Amino acid sequence: MPLVKLSNIRKSFGPVEVLKGVDMTVDEGQVVAMIGRSGSGKSTLLRSINGLERIDDGVIEVDGECVDPSQIDLRALRLKVGMVFQQFNLFPHLSAGENVMLALKVVKKMGKPETRAAAEQALAKVGLGHKFDAYPSQLSGGQQQRVAIARSLAMAPKVLLCDEITSALDPELVNEVLSVVRKLAEEGMTLILVTHEMRFAREVCDQLVFMHGGRIIEQGAPAELFDRPSTPELAQFVGMVEAR
Amino acid sequence: MAYTFDFSSLWDYAPVLVHGVATTVGLTVAGTVLGVGIGIAGAAARSSGNRPLRIAVGAYVELIRNTPFLVQLFFIFFGLPSLGIRMPEWAAAILAMVINLGAYSTEIIRAGIDATPKGQVEAGASLGMTGPQIFRYIILGPAMGKIWPALSSQIVIVMLGSSVCSQIATEELSFAANFIQSRNFRPFEAYFLATALYLALAVGVRWLLARMGHRMFMKGAARA
Repeated sequence: MPLVKLSNIRKSFGPVEVLKGVDMTVDEGQVVAMIGRSGSGKSTLLRSINGLERIDDGVIEVDGECVDPSQIDLRALRLKVGMVFQQFNLFPHLSAGENVMLALKVVKKMGKPETRAAAEQALAKVGLGHKFDAYPSQLSGGQQQRVAIARSLAMAPKVLLCDEITSALDPELVNEVLSVVRKLAEEGMTLILVTHEMRFAREVCDQLVFMHGGRIIEQGAPAELFDRPSTPELAQFVGMVEAR
Repeated sequence: MAYTFDFSSLWDYAPVLVHGVATTVGLTVAGTVLGVGIGIAGAAARSSGNRPLRIAVGAYVELIRNTPFLVQLFFIFFGLPSLGIRMPEWAAAILAMVINLGAYSTEIIRAGIDATPKGQVEAGASLGMTGPQIFRYIILGPAMGKIWPALSSQIVIVMLGSSVCSQIATEELSFAANFIQSRNFRPFEAYFLATALYLALAVGVRWLLARMGHRMFMKGAARA
C-alpha cells in the first residue's frame, strides 16, 4: 500500500485551474522530486498534501489518514506530514531549540525533559547541536533551513515535504542543506521535493514527476526522464535547465 | 506683574496630591492591563474567520474611536444608572478607560498581527498547531513587539486623558489640583505642580514601558 496517495486532485485559484486532476502515489521510503516550470502547479500540489492549499476536489490519503475537501480539521493529517519551506519560516522570537520544541510541547504535549532531548537530537541530526540557544537572526540562511528541517523531523512525520528549500539560499549554502536531505533519503525517510536542483534530483531521487499545465505529464526514474524525455514539453524543460 | 509666587502653601496639601497621583497611577495600571487585554482579544477576533464577531468588534472600535472620551465617561457614570447600572466614580473611570484603550489597542495590535509573515502561520499549521495555538505562541509575541512603541504612546495618552475623570469627582491628580486651588486660591501653583507631575509620570511610564518591551519582545531581534 502506498504511503501517500493522491486521487484526482483539482484546485482553482479564481478562474484559473492550477491542478487539473492529478493522481500520484508515493511509497514508503521513496524520494520523489517534482519538477516543472513555475506556474505548472507543483508547489500547489505539494502544499495540498498537508492541507495548506484546500483542494476543490479529489482525495488525499497519507498512511491511512484520508482527507477530502469537506474536511475541516487537518491536524491528524499534518501530524503525519512534515513540511519545509523556501523561506525557512522559523519563528524569529524563539531560539533554534525553542523553534524545535514548540510543537512538541503544545501539539504532542510531551514533558519538558523529553521535549528538550528530542530537540537536541533533531538539531544534532542536522549538524546544529551547538546552536540550540541561537536565535534565527544569528544564523546563516543554510543554518536556518537546517533548523527548519530539524523542527519538522522532531515531530516524527511519515513523509517530509520540501518546497524549493534551497531556492532562497546563497549558492555556497545550498550544499549544506542538500547534504542533510541526502542523509535523510539514505536513512529511508519518505521525501517529496519540489526542486530546481536537477543534479540533486538525478542523484538522490527514485522517482521524478514532471508537471506541466496543472497535470503530471511524465514520471519515472530520473535518468530515464532526463536522458529520454518522451514529451516535447519535458525535452524543452530539460534543455532549458541544462543550458543554464 | 504683581503676582507673588508661593509654592510653599502647596505643602499643606501634600497628602491630597499624593492621593491624586496614586489614583492616577492606579487608574492607569488597571486601565492598561484590562484595556490591553481587551485589545488582544479584540485583535484576535478581528483577525478571526468569524464574520459576525469581526463586525461586532469593528463596530465597537469605530464607536469608541469616533466619540469623545468625556461623553463616554458621562454615559457610563450618569447615563447607565437610568438602566439600573450604578457604580462608584472610580469604577466608572476605570471602565471608561478600559473600554477606550481596548478599542484603540485593538486597532494597534491588529496592525501588528497583519504584519506577521504568512509563512510563519503556515509553518505552525504544518506542525499540527491549532489556530489559537498559532495565535498565542507564534503571532502574538512578535506582533506585540512590533507595535509596542505605538501602544506605549496610547497608554500615555490614556493616562493623561484620565484627568477628564475629575469631572465625575474621581479623586485623581487633576481633581487634586482643582481642589487645592479652590482652597488656597493659587491656581498657577496648583496647576503648575500638576503639570510637572503629569510630565514626570508620562516620562516615567514611557521609560518603564520601553524597558518592559525590551525584556518581553526583543528576544531574537537582530543584534547589531
